[in-house]
Amino acid sequence: MTTAKDLKTYAENTWCPGCGNFSILTSIKKVLANLSNEGFDLHRVALVSGIGCHAKIVDYVDVNSFYSIHGRVPPAMSGIKLANPDLLVIGHSGDGDAYGEGVEHLIFSAKRNIDVTYIIHNNRVYGLTTGQFTPTSPAGFKGRSTPMGSPEEPLNPIELMISAGATFVARGFSGNIKHMQNLIHAAIDHKGFSFIDVLQPCFTFFNTYNYYQERVYEITDQEHDASDRTTALAKAGEWAYSEGERIPIGIFYKVKKPTYEEKLLRGRVPVKLSSKDIRPVFEKHI
Amino acid sequence: MKDISILIGGKAGDGIRQAGHTISRLLNRIGYRIFFYDDYPSLIRGGHNFSIIRASEKRIIAHKDNVDIIVALNQETTEKHKSRLNAEGMILYDSKTVDTEGVGVDFMEIVKKLDGQPIMRNTAAIGALAKVLDIKWSVVERVMKDTIEKQVELNLKIAQLTYDEVETSNLAIQKLNQKSLPLLSGNEAIALGAVQAGLNMYIAYPMTPASAILHYLAAHEDDLGVVTMHPESEIAVALIALGAAYAGAKSMVGTSGGGLALMTEALSLAGQGEFPVVFVESQRPGPSTGVPTYTMQGDLSFVVHSGHGEFLKVVLAPGDAEEAFYLTGLAMNLAWKFHIPTFVLSDKHLSESIFSFEADLDKMKPEQPLMWDGQGDYKRYLDTQDGISPLAFPGDPAATVKATSYEHDEYGIATEDPDQIVRMQEKRLRKKEGLIDELAKNEQVKIYGNRESKITLLCWGSTKGACVEVAETLGLKVVQPLVVEPLPIDPLRQALSDADKIIGVEVNATGQLARLLSGHGFDVEHMILRYDGRPFTVDGLLDKVKEVLS
Repeated sequence: MTTAKDLKTYAENTWCPGCGNFSILTSIKKVLANLSNEGFDLHRVALVSGIGCHAKIVDYVDVNSFYSIHGRVPPAMSGIKLANPDLLVIGHSGDGDAYGEGVEHLIFSAKRNIDVTYIIHNNRVYGLTTGQFTPTSPAGFKGRSTPMGSPEEPLNPIELMISAGATFVARGFSGNIKHMQNLIHAAIDHKGFSFIDVLQPCFTFFNTYNYYQERVYEITDQEHDASDRTTALAKAGEWAYSEGERIPIGIFYKVKKPTYEEKLLRGRVPVKLSSKDIRPVFEKHI
Repeated sequence: MKDISILIGGKAGDGIRQAGHTISRLLNRIGYRIFFYDDYPSLIRGGHNFSIIRASEKRIIAHKDNVDIIVALNQETTEKHKSRLNAEGMILYDSKTVDTEGVGVDFMEIVKKLDGQPIMRNTAAIGALAKVLDIKWSVVERVMKDTIEKQVELNLKIAQLTYDEVETSNLAIQKLNQKSLPLLSGNEAIALGAVQAGLNMYIAYPMTPASAILHYLAAHEDDLGVVTMHPESEIAVALIALGAAYAGAKSMVGTSGGGLALMTEALSLAGQGEFPVVFVESQRPGPSTGVPTYTMQGDLSFVVHSGHGEFLKVVLAPGDAEEAFYLTGLAMNLAWKFHIPTFVLSDKHLSESIFSFEADLDKMKPEQPLMWDGQGDYKRYLDTQDGISPLAFPGDPAATVKATSYEHDEYGIATEDPDQIVRMQEKRLRKKEGLIDELAKNEQVKIYGNRESKITLLCWGSTKGACVEVAETLGLKVVQPLVVEPLPIDPLRQALSDADKIIGVEVNATGQLARLLSGHGFDVEHMILRYDGRPFTVDGLLDKVKEVLS
């Protein structure tokens, strides 16, 4: 029997007290422990992170990991998944990481529908670089790089991901661990590009905990058809990361489509491929 | 010596390169050694394209400015190139579109008569040329059947008509009693060298002059057992390659200078995280977009010094197809032996020219990396005597593999501890000792020409072709480093020790190899530089060297 505790490393946790990252860490460890108890060998898991507060998560979970660089989590995940599609690849990024520096990769990974799970620690502020506005900060956000208030409207990543071709699009809230755990589990079970935007407070630079607590509500199957793109986009538009009294969390969109690696690899597994004899190819060059 | 040069020219879209390939194959099939040079602007239709096919009894790896035959599909070809024609030379031309002296054939009329498409004028030209050279029809027939993919019969009919229409000339060549060799571009040799060393994945974003590596490997995916991918950008390319290497796949990427600029972020990650990845950089004139379809050796300093932070890398600079094959294989083996990024530095002239390829394929074998023995806890960055930490890959039922861009401890957990920082930096840099020993097992500096000569032409990469032939003519010595990082100081010192005069020959404006060497006490007294986007030719360089010597 594996428990979340078994997945702890010796690394000292350096997140601020009250940080939303803790509940994401707890959730991912619990989900992995459950997988292990269901018989899945956790040596087949590869966690990938970018750079920022979120990224330390890979140091805190005792499974294979690639602590990569800012914005580049999707291509790092893609390389791992394509080289060995037998691996379960889970990525973590912050909002600056995924929606700023790496938005190009985010869109293309969704477009390809590569079978990975991507969890965004969205606190809507740069924490590790001490408080600047991010792509999802509300308009007028007064950060250290925008003392007069951000002149930009926020991006709606849920809409972006549905449009780009992600086949599993969800939103979680760090204040609701049980719900988030279920979302992560469902995302891992989904074959294709699974995306979860997790709303989390940054206790030091942008404390949104109470704001979210008052507004989030869970999407239910009864009131929402996640297989319909138009309905999903309408639901995504209910809260545009700015004003609004109600913030839906849960699965916005979920459809089945062939994955990128199925189409690209055609059953081949690069780490198991042995190169062929090149002599016959030379013959064609005479 | 039997040596003939043929220039074929026309507009982009006339199928000049394809015709040049076919002519190369014809001459190859009758025993000649080939060098094929392609000159084309960066556009799809219009402009002026030409190819030079040089065929010789002995191995050649350069072309000449002067040619024996010009095949002109348009007027511009004769206008631009007739000054290149040797005294005995002739022009074979399309009499409908070209007004000149020589042998004129109405190629378009023949194509029309047989209901062919306008591009088949190139086939008509090949038929006529074959007859001028006195190549047997059976050879033409076989080559066309082997190389043309669509409408073979129609093309054969067109070629037969022009073949019958013209007379064999005084430029007729004899069949040689030599085995035909495979004709390979530098890019194809790079691709095959990587495959021979165990390449599993090739990832690239299109960029001239490296694109053909991707095209070739993609077209031969199943023959060669390689997975290819073309993602959204060079930044993605490099990170995908690193992810694949982390998972245990031998991966390679290819680009030109602008693409490498985007990859340098990942290059430093490869340095910090000890990822084995091969980078191919095929140079073209810069800075920036520069002149996309022409050649330059302008990125040596950039590649040697690329990436932020201090880490080990290897840069290998092949000068012909055989070197491209071996050195790419070596780059792969070194990457996996030392867990470092390695480079193959090519340029347009090497990448896109075509060579008669003769190599012992068995000399290049994939080396198995040092794998973890399964004892105790796995540590990705185990601090060992030689700095090499045994490998394990995700999926290993006993190992937890933690790779990272952060400075880290042996297990791969981030650290900011001063002692750990020093320990790990030293561990990584310590690999240099083994790397230097390993490189020393290979030929690092090549010497050609008259070894006794006190005058040395110092060159690197594709410039070697013209240098070697000039040196043979003038009785000089040529020194060509194949490894440019880490610089093989002792072999270079030996090779250059008895030179009274060193003449640096480079296709760039500032003499980058000479500058690199000057930092190690080598004095390159004279420079012959060319930076108009064109490579040195044998006759062009000969004049320049004579000038320096006079």
